[in-house]
Amino acid sequence: MSGEQLTGSEIVLRALRDQGVDIVFGYPGGAVLPIYDSLFQQNDVRHVLVRHEQGAVHAAEGYARSTGKVGCVLVTSGPGATNAVTGLLDAMMDSIPLVCLTGQVPTHLIGNDAFQEADTTGITRPCTKHNYLVKDVNDLARTLHEAFYVARSGRPGPVVIDIPKDIQFASGPYVGPHEVRHRTYRPQMKPELARVEEAVELMASANKPIFYTGGGVVNSGPFAARLLTQLVRMTGYPCTSTLMGLGGFPASDPLFLGMLGMHGTYEANLAMYHCDVMINIGARFDDRVTGKLSEFSPGSRKIHVDIDPSSINKNVHADVAVVGDAAHVLEDMIRIWKARQKRPDQAALDDWWAEIGTWRRRDCLRYQRSEQVIKPQFALERLREHLRGRDVYITTEVGQHQMWAAQFLPFDEPNRWLTSGGLGTMGYGLPAAIGAQLAHPDATVIDIAGEASILMNIQELATAVQHRAPVKLFILNNQYMGMVRQWQELLHGGRYAESYMDALPDFVKLAEAFGCVGLRATAVGEVDDVIRQMLDTPKPVVVDVAVDPHENCFPMIPGGRAHNEILLGPEEKIEEATPEEGMVLV
Amino acid sequence: MTNAPQEIERHTFAVLVDNEPGVLARVIGLFSGRGYNIESLTVAEVDAAERVSRITIVTTGTRMVIEQIQAQLDRLVPVHRVRDLTAEGRSIERELALVKVTGTGERRIEAMRIAGIFGARVVDATLSSFVFEITGASEEIEDFIGLMSQLGLIELCRTGTVAIHRGATGF
Repeated sequence: MSGEQLTGSEIVLRALRDQGVDIVFGYPGGAVLPIYDSLFQQNDVRHVLVRHEQGAVHAAEGYARSTGKVGCVLVTSGPGATNAVTGLLDAMMDSIPLVCLTGQVPTHLIGNDAFQEADTTGITRPCTKHNYLVKDVNDLARTLHEAFYVARSGRPGPVVIDIPKDIQFASGPYVGPHEVRHRTYRPQMKPELARVEEAVELMASANKPIFYTGGGVVNSGPFAARLLTQLVRMTGYPCTSTLMGLGGFPASDPLFLGMLGMHGTYEANLAMYHCDVMINIGARFDDRVTGKLSEFSPGSRKIHVDIDPSSINKNVHADVAVVGDAAHVLEDMIRIWKARQKRPDQAALDDWWAEIGTWRRRDCLRYQRSEQVIKPQFALERLREHLRGRDVYITTEVGQHQMWAAQFLPFDEPNRWLTSGGLGTMGYGLPAAIGAQLAHPDATVIDIAGEASILMNIQELATAVQHRAPVKLFILNNQYMGMVRQWQELLHGGRYAESYMDALPDFVKLAEAFGCVGLRATAVGEVDDVIRQMLDTPKPVVVDVAVDPHENCFPMIPGGRAHNEILLGPEEKIEEATPEEGMVLV
Repeated sequence: MTNAPQEIERHTFAVLVDNEPGVLARVIGLFSGRGYNIESLTVAEVDAAERVSRITIVTTGTRMVIEQIQAQLDRLVPVHRVRDLTAEGRSIERELALVKVTGTGERRIEAMRIAGIFGARVVDATLSSFVFEITGASEEIEDFIGLMSQLGLIELCRTGTVAIHRGATGF
């Protein structure tokens, strides 16, 4: 133990610095004033003041997701902590490494219903990977370092440290990150070689293989993405990705079939349905991906690579289960594939690609073009053209626009696509864009938004202005909660209960009120112009694109249906009434 | 998971955890949050120097759910180790119950006689009541309670199961 004595709040700042934190997203309040005072007296850690604590957590997620580092949040007790809860669960569901420091009332007042008191560890227990209440300043430094270790190790996730105000004032010893070793937590990074060998043998024996890759590849780091690309190209097998995994394999590669799942491509979903060997790298057989479980890829043998043993056999039985970090496993797979001089059965593979080719020719992302009204897909296609050659990060809100962005924007690298997948948090995109922009000041960061989602955290425009984060909001404004309306149209007889957004603000004036630049496109001919202006403006920009209010997102696998029951467009109706077990699914 | 056996099984887990604040809430929250059953749960510190507690949980579920429970428990940060004693076989399970029975005359004598058969001890007595302490496998305790309920059982307290693996090896 080093003998250096510091106050609790100084210990916090020293630990953040030693953990490599350069930005902390936060909002002050009574129970964290000592930490803010220490923050004020140092220059290592920059504080970014948000306008709502939920925004702080999403901004830290954007920072973490775009850098691969641990995001850091600082909020006060009570409402500060409870406002952070949605962001914490979002990070939990999408495996984003975060450390969130919350203030707490002084230890002698805990349990007294004190002002701004909340049982923060109790509330956040099910929505964090781990949490701590520090009741002794002597434990503070160790707890901080442990929290960072837990957040980034194994399957990453958010960690909360609740720090009572008296602990922030008290003096205690500081220990550095290297003096701390966790007592129990040792996630398995390296796979059992025998399992990898089994996996390689099964892969090589396939006639109709498919790689099904997920967020685990992105979380493992850019090296894992390179290894995945190498392995897929070595085998010549088709590759699809989950929403969270986009960018793990280059979208521009001809071996890529696009995203799979509820709004995935026809070819990806049919290839999943008809494959004989499925190679899952870092995905978790989520219900958005599998559709009807009993008819999920009925003829395939499945390899499941996951760092989290609890993901294996949770929803879908794995014939070969490999526990380990994606990069380690992929490295072993490549080595063993080469050492054993594996060759796929080329004739079978050619037949398989021919079959996939017939599905591809359905051109499932085709949509009805229009000169009269801006189609949301058209707006994204134009955006895609203008973004070529730029250093781009894309965030989204949640809904139709999110799915269209996933379908129409290509990601060739990991960490470029930041979206709320598991929790589906409307209001994620703007703060996440700010976090990504501050981590990459020279990049173009765009939040693809809907007019409903964007209002959930619109106050963060002030954060963007204050911190000179020139994020771009590209709002596909259809005046509806589009995805809600789409489900009501398909499943609830077109009764659009409360999904119409009456009394929308004037987004151009709103942008100007915040000190941003506001632009609007209402005609097809204006789209290129506003995109150009948006990209040329070195300030936060809000672009209001008035899109077709009635456009729906296709392809779509209705809830409770199998992959081969995918709907390609509005002309295809759900053949029979959706069965009740499908109706109850969200 | 499709095509998995759907029969409900009953399993006993032994879980070694760091005895830190909230660890029991974490375990219980896992069960309630994911909709698993808890038939019984016991917990006590077993190594004061190392601050390690042992939790014994009896739960029911399909094979798939039981596997999930083990994986989910193992995933909790303060958990050292999880063992499915039922799956491993060869374990001993014991439970303790305190059983208060009231009655006089023939019923009182019969209660005493049955207690003797089950090896239950009298730990409190008045002229019209006994408190019996009985230790055994859960089924034995069930049997004892079943008989006592016909002989004036008025109050019952059970610890829930504790279990340990047979043989010379430790946890």
